[in-house]
Amino acid sequence: MYFDAIAKIVAERTGCSVADVKPESRFADLGIDSLDTVELLMNLEDVIGMEIELDQKVETVGALDRFIQSKQA
Amino acid sequence: MLKGKVALVTGASRGIGAAIALELAARGADIAAVCRSGREAAEGVCAQCRERYGVRAEVFLCDVADGEAVKETVARVRAAFGTVHILVNNAGITRDGLIARMKEADFTDVLNTNLLGAFHMIRHCSGLFLRNREGCIINIASAAGLMGNAGQSNYAASKAGLIGLTKSVARELAPRGIRCNAVAPGFIRTDMTRDQENAPLLAGIPLGSMGEPEDVARAAAYLAEADYVTGAVLRVDGGLAM
Ligand SMILES: NC(=O)c1ccc[n+]([C@@H]2O[C@H](COP(=O)([O-])OP(=O)(O)OC[C@H]3O[C@@H](n4cnc5c(N)ncnc54)[C@H](OP(=O)(O)O)[C@@H]3O)[C@@H](O)[C@H]2O)c1
Repeated sequence: MYFDAIAKIVAERTGCSVADVKPESRFADLGIDSLDTVELLMNLEDVIGMEIELDQKVETVGALDRFIQSKQA
Repeated sequence: MLKGKVALVTGASRGIGAAIALELAARGADIAAVCRSGREAAEGVCAQCRERYGVRAEVFLCDVADGEAVKETVARVRAAFGTVHILVNNAGITRDGLIARMKEADFTDVLNTNLLGAFHMIRHCSGLFLRNREGCIINIASAAGLMGNAGQSNYAASKAGLIGLTKSVARELAPRGIRCNAVAPGFIRTDMTRDQENAPLLAGIPLGSMGEPEDVARAAAYLAEADYVTGAVLRVDGGLAM
């Protein structure tokens, strides 16, 4: 589960509260653009210490969480 | 002043790249000098950077056309210097020939070093730039990329491509304070142009003579410090391509 780590970075980036970030929240609705997503992944890489090759489009926070879990398995 | 900045310069063993490394070092930048095989020459350039300007300078051998090698090299530079602030894509080759006779390998080799090499470097340094929320990329293109040149269709294509790459990267990364510019040298006295010092060629240059590597180096240093300049192509060519 990387949801908490993702939510924390999203909140820091956008200035919203962590509680406002839900698994079904869409990055676009949170005000996160594609370049932000790349940066967010890099921050996550630093936190979880593994490289994430994002080779598909992920639109929601929950989808990104599942994507990273699938890469780690 | 570039004190506290780390500059990664490709093709820094000789010619224009060596002059750029020295010019950036003179302004206080630490130097990661990348070249493919000329370790001894690059060590000499680094020794000059250290002795004359008191900066850190180290050699990293890497074929820029090899994406995996570039990834590894950027990681090694990061481990040694902490990060990269300035990337100068200067490594370049020529394989001149008439288009009717040109071998496919002569075309792809030139593109792989001059254009794909710059892509690999930008690709693998961009993470550091994004993390730092600053960064400066300088691509050494060529007047040939602006004007074309008979016998250099491969080289001119690679350099024109580099200009398109420069402008796209400039637009893409500008929102994060990362700048990307190109320098387009004309005829500069280096190994690359050793056999070309002839009268008809010089006649095409309004200022009437070849340039020196230091002329290009000063332009690169200007772009490294020019905080409000991005997406520019700065000609250093004695007026050749105007
Ligand atoms: N000279 C001119 O008139 C002129 C004009 C316009 C543009 N330019 C451009 O300016 C740049 C420098 O030119 P120059 O005249 O200084 O050339 P040069 O004297 O021939 O030096 C080329 C440099 O690039 C390095 N290099 C070549 N292929 C490489 C690779 N695959 N991986 C890593 N490093 C590689 C070489 O390293 P090694 O020592 O290890 O081989 C050397 O340091 C080039 O991009 C060139 O196209 C030059």
